Amino acid sequence: MSPELGHFALALAVALAFAQAIIPIYGAWRRDARLMRAAPALAIGQLLALATSYGCLIWSSVTDDFSVLNVAENSHSLKPLIYKISGTWGNHEGSILLWCLILALCGGTVALFGRNLPASLRARVIGVLGASSCGFMLFALLESNPFLRLFPAPMEGRDMNPLLQDPGLAFHPPMLYVGYVGFCVPFAFAVAALLEGRVDAAWGRWVRPWTLAAWCALTCGIALGSWWSYYVLGWGGFWFWDPVENASLLPWLTGTALLHSALVVEKREALKTWTVLLAIGTFSLSLSGTFLVRSGILNSVHSFATDPARGVFILGLLAVVIGGSLLLFALRAPALSNTGMFAPVSREGALVLNNILLCSIAAVVMTGTVYPLFADLLFSQKISVGPPFFQATVFPLAVPVFAAMSIGPLLSWKRATLGPVLMKIWWAAIVALVVGSVAAYGMHALPALAMGAAAWMILGAFADIIERIKLFRLPARASFARLVGLPLASFGAAFAHAGLGVTVAGIAGMSMATDSIDLVKPGEIVHMAGYDWQLVELHDAPGPNYEARVATIKVSRDGQLVTTLSPERRNFPVQGVTTTEAKIHTNGVRDLYAVLGDEREGAAVLRLHDNVMAPWIWFGGLIMAIGGMLSLADRRLRVGAPVRARAPARNQATI
Amino acid sequence: MRLDRRTLLAAPLGFTVLAGGAFYMILQRMQKGTFDPRGVPTMLSNKPLPDFNLPGIDGDGFGSADLARTPGPVVLNFFASWCAPCVEEHRLLINIANQGVPIWGIAYKDAGPQAGAFLKQRGNPYLRTARDDAGRVAIDFGITGVPESFVVDRHGIVRWHIGGPLTAQIVVDQLMPTMRAWV
Repeated sequence: MSPELGHFALALAVALAFAQAIIPIYGAWRRDARLMRAAPALAIGQLLALATSYGCLIWSSVTDDFSVLNVAENSHSLKPLIYKISGTWGNHEGSILLWCLILALCGGTVALFGRNLPASLRARVIGVLGASSCGFMLFALLESNPFLRLFPAPMEGRDMNPLLQDPGLAFHPPMLYVGYVGFCVPFAFAVAALLEGRVDAAWGRWVRPWTLAAWCALTCGIALGSWWSYYVLGWGGFWFWDPVENASLLPWLTGTALLHSALVVEKREALKTWTVLLAIGTFSLSLSGTFLVRSGILNSVHSFATDPARGVFILGLLAVVIGGSLLLFALRAPALSNTGMFAPVSREGALVLNNILLCSIAAVVMTGTVYPLFADLLFSQKISVGPPFFQATVFPLAVPVFAAMSIGPLLSWKRATLGPVLMKIWWAAIVALVVGSVAAYGMHALPALAMGAAAWMILGAFADIIERIKLFRLPARASFARLVGLPLASFGAAFAHAGLGVTVAGIAGMSMATDSIDLVKPGEIVHMAGYDWQLVELHDAPGPNYEARVATIKVSRDGQLVTTLSPERRNFPVQGVTTTEAKIHTNGVRDLYAVLGDEREGAAVLRLHDNVMAPWIWFGGLIMAIGGMLSLADRRLRVGAPVRARAPARNQATI
Repeated sequence: MRLDRRTLLAAPLGFTVLAGGAFYMILQRMQKGTFDPRGVPTMLSNKPLPDFNLPGIDGDGFGSADLARTPGPVVLNFFASWCAPCVEEHRLLINIANQGVPIWGIAYKDAGPQAGAFLKQRGNPYLRTARDDAGRVAIDFGITGVPESFVVDRHGIVRWHIGGPLTAQIVVDQLMPTMRAWV
């Protein structure tokens, strides 16, 4: 019964979304307050219907209803409960439904928290969200329905891809999707602004928290995904420049640019047209990223089962959403006027530089990702673009970003001079130089440069705060009082910038990673990276839906036991798949990483890695996300304050 | 100046339309089977075969020197008795072998009598067969999985490659034209 209920709820959600797309926008056009007031109710109704639908899918999976095709193909009665739940988004149909649910959630949140928006802007934003929802839910309903029944129902399901049965991956897709889909709100605001024909500081103030929230989620999502591929795929790598990874990196890059350019709109009413385009572009990249991967066009290790026929539907949908919004942009953007003026050397100028560089990196990554396809199509030439291309092109563009990142926040708005700013930050430059030179002894030139840049970013991030609290120039107590009085957003920016520095340091450190592959008999010792790795024994261990072979490895240094690692090799009989479960011991600055390979004649292949600085890569991602959340907390306080947010809103509504 | 700004602001739309059109063409051709984005290019394209000499499954094997002395182009197919797509591909191989296409086969990591039994039971489309039990030669060829097929011209130069099973469509559209081009 529940699958039919879910199916019906999905259809109901499509109908509500259709109404949500038409009624508020028509109402805003006719200036009919009654029609515009329908928008929040429709958005919340759509959210409730879709949540019911997704709940039904989870219910079918948890109760092992193998008469549902989707559950039979991806689940198994012995699978642990958490993977029965996460399994609903571990396959194509379910993940599309989750995607739609998050889109509906965004619409619902705008409806609930957008009370201080001007009525017509709010109606249009919700309407645009409804239109996008409607299209993608229609895709779920017509082309990838997760509620299809299977008759006769099999006794047992086919189980989920064992690689996906992992706690990291249970939370990775929802996080990533919140990031991807979250950019629909800035997108909807951009389209609504084009419909209204007006972008002002208030617009920037509404767009920024949404962008920030989506950006935080996307940052976490990407970091989680990279961490997952680090410890589950067991290759010891963390980023492969795979099309799916690039697809998530692209909206992150343009989203970061959007975050900064929205700041300029908010504070100085400049860069309006560009910000609107970035908002449209970022969501377009999220959409293309999620959906082109599923059409089978992009060649990737991550992809779901694909079908070109589905691809045509998706492409049509993308054409309507992306093409439609860009057409609107081409028609209406010329009417948007910029009022704020600024000198090239100024905070605005620095943010423009940030935008240019980030978008160039995005353009380069995009070229590397799709060029092989187009080369194949146009010149029938098979080429492959690999990590060397990306490293050679992204690095030179990233270095100026790193260099400018610490200086930008110290510049004043409108007009600034570089001299005094450099005086404030010379100490960071010296420390960075020292770190870089020391690193140059143990590393190659590029990683050493990156190491210096990382030090520069981490220290430079806090230069602004140190400057504002007048550290060492005022008594400690006065400095502390100033520190407490600083707005959270300053800490947010500092954390986000420092987080990137930490990640860069981790990536640079990974260039010193060493590994070894050895055939080892129980009792034997491998000497690697200054550690003694002793294979103590091998034994079998049963798991819930797999058989495991476990190795016990004692790692010691100078006779002192450091840790005991027990990497596993798991055989999943239902799918006939064997996975490796790497075990990692981390002390914060280095990972000791062991993988158990094949066994022959009583000996086992052990792959051992010593990954210097590796944890910093993800730790930095976490710091960036925390920075974003700090800024977000600050925004909410200010937007919530009635005097500052509502007064301009009222004024504009009456103009 | 006014016009310039308009053109500039329409540029993203133009770019998107072009990209969308290209993706549409790709999808159309994928459905027709004339385009395969997954066809991974081989390092060996238009290069001589790597040197190898392998023992046979039943009887004599062959090596790269034998492939460089053929009267015309040859299909070189890596297969294994344990690989389901190879079994699916097998009937097609027998069909094209019956049309006179020379196919040479290498059994990949298929130690023991299974490879021979596989050919006895399901028919043998191969002119000559060899076995690569250790998978060393497959590494030199850059094989990512079985089945994989190459077209090798009469001088032992690789002219075409596909990873994954052959289909009738691929044979008609790609394999046969390559064979004819390098007679």
